[in-house]
Amino acid sequence: METLSTLDVIVRLTYLGAAVTFVLGLHMMGSPRTARRGNFLSAAGMAAAIIAAVVYLVSGEDPHLHVTTWGWVALAGGTVVGGLYGLISARVVEMTAMPQLVSLFNAVGGGAAALVATVDFMDRLAYDQSSMGAEFTVPVTLDILIGSVTFTGSLIAAGKLQGWVPGKPIVFVGSRLLTIVSALASLAAVVWVVADPTLMGLLLLVVAASLFGVLMVLPIGGADMPVVVSLLNAFTGLAVAMAGFVVDNDIMIIAGALVGASGSILTKLMADAMNRPISSIMVGGFGTGDGPADTSAGSGGEARLIGVDDVAIQLAYAEKVIIVPGYGLAAAQAQREAGDLGSMLEEKGISVYYAIHPVAGRMPGHMNVLLAEADVPYTQLKEMDDINPEFETADVALVVGANDVTNPAARRQGNTISGMPILDVDHARSIVVIKRSLGHGYAGLDNELYTDPKTGMFLGDAKTALSDLIAAVKQYAD
Amino acid sequence: MSVELLNDLALFTLALLVGFEVISKIPATLHTPMMSGANSIHGVIVVGAVIIAGLADSPWAYVLAFFAAAFAAMNVVGGYVVTDRMLGMFKARPGSDKEDGK
Repeated sequence: METLSTLDVIVRLTYLGAAVTFVLGLHMMGSPRTARRGNFLSAAGMAAAIIAAVVYLVSGEDPHLHVTTWGWVALAGGTVVGGLYGLISARVVEMTAMPQLVSLFNAVGGGAAALVATVDFMDRLAYDQSSMGAEFTVPVTLDILIGSVTFTGSLIAAGKLQGWVPGKPIVFVGSRLLTIVSALASLAAVVWVVADPTLMGLLLLVVAASLFGVLMVLPIGGADMPVVVSLLNAFTGLAVAMAGFVVDNDIMIIAGALVGASGSILTKLMADAMNRPISSIMVGGFGTGDGPADTSAGSGGEARLIGVDDVAIQLAYAEKVIIVPGYGLAAAQAQREAGDLGSMLEEKGISVYYAIHPVAGRMPGHMNVLLAEADVPYTQLKEMDDINPEFETADVALVVGANDVTNPAARRQGNTISGMPILDVDHARSIVVIKRSLGHGYAGLDNELYTDPKTGMFLGDAKTALSDLIAAVKQYAD
Repeated sequence: MSVELLNDLALFTLALLVGFEVISKIPATLHTPMMSGANSIHGVIVVGAVIIAGLADSPWAYVLAFFAAAFAAMNVVGGYVVTDRMLGMFKARPGSDKEDGK
């Protein structure tokens, strides 16, 4: 058995240690109390792994690795430019813009994975063609395939979230056909490169897979983004793991697999919460995309309108209030007002909770971050399963910008949202819905909650309505 | 099939399983920071960028190595910083904590 040099052993053990910090770091993300320390631990492990990799490179231990002057310029220059850009954008980003930044980081991670495999491929093509068997070419092609798809796909997703690319599903004549053609061309290129490793084949793979990434995300509507972002996150993890196979590096394999697992779980959770199979989301063309989708005015039954003073009185004399924030609240950027209203009611001795549906916001768990930024303590942020039994004893449920996730029709068979997990808002003693108009939700369905005799509709923009409400509740100060 | 590949496959499979176990216990409240944290973990591709810097020896390869390093560094630095910023916002009730959630 070959013996490794001392340095080699130390480097490998450092990688193992880093893998442990990644797992522990993720584990500590399970509670808000330990999450920040977990992230720090994971970052420390990452720093150790990177230092180990650089030391190994400089040591000349591996005869294949020799850094030229230009190699150093590329590595150092790239690290400084990319690192600074990452640092600055992470510092200044608004919490509402978080999904697009996470998407952007996801894109560049996938892109880097594809580039790593490409450079290794070029090196072997020039010096060591005998080592390009299937054990090398299969992970290389999979890495470049997945990495390219996730690079362009995540950029389009980030563009949609940012508003640079229209959020509504984009379908043009022949787009479906082109999507299929680019997918088939990508697979053909994979087969070609595995059978006969050439630069032409690799180039075709990069182009076809990049095109497929764009075409895959374009037809997906803005409100389906939590699913797409999760799926692309899983893809990047897999691409990085494949890169680990290419350069035979343990830490990249382990870290990639961890991310692949987390992305897959989130994808499943988000799709379940939207009550639609992943396949149907990926085909796209569903929903109207961005912004509050209140277009039509007609609604089935009789909705009761209610004024600001009535709502303020109900809130001021309640003992328990549950606020139900939805997509519309995030779109109107009214999280600060919601947080202020909540803390004002708290000061009056009223119990206040926020009921968060899994798909509220634009990425998994996004609403929690928005409310946390508005100084809402995390002890008041309740997940769907925890809060649902609480509605029965709530004096007022205040729905702000949430629609389909509150529709009792989901409990019955035979409509578009049948079986969708919902918040049991209709169990509250009294319900107030803040909404721009009496219109349909994302699923294009009348919300039966609005015609419930217990429900009062308080029409208005979420931000203004909440501000008015805060002013009105102040009058009832003890 | 080489021993290295089999070892790598075993590592990959076990890490996937560990990932499923750990991630499924994380509450929905923390899904955004968790995803952002996972995002920073795949920034480990920076290790790959370091390795290929030792392979590059043509102008094209230098350009690709530059972008690999830039992308990877952006991923890893930005990822950890933004996750920390987000987690710093999650505070328990300021002052009285009469009623702790869980």
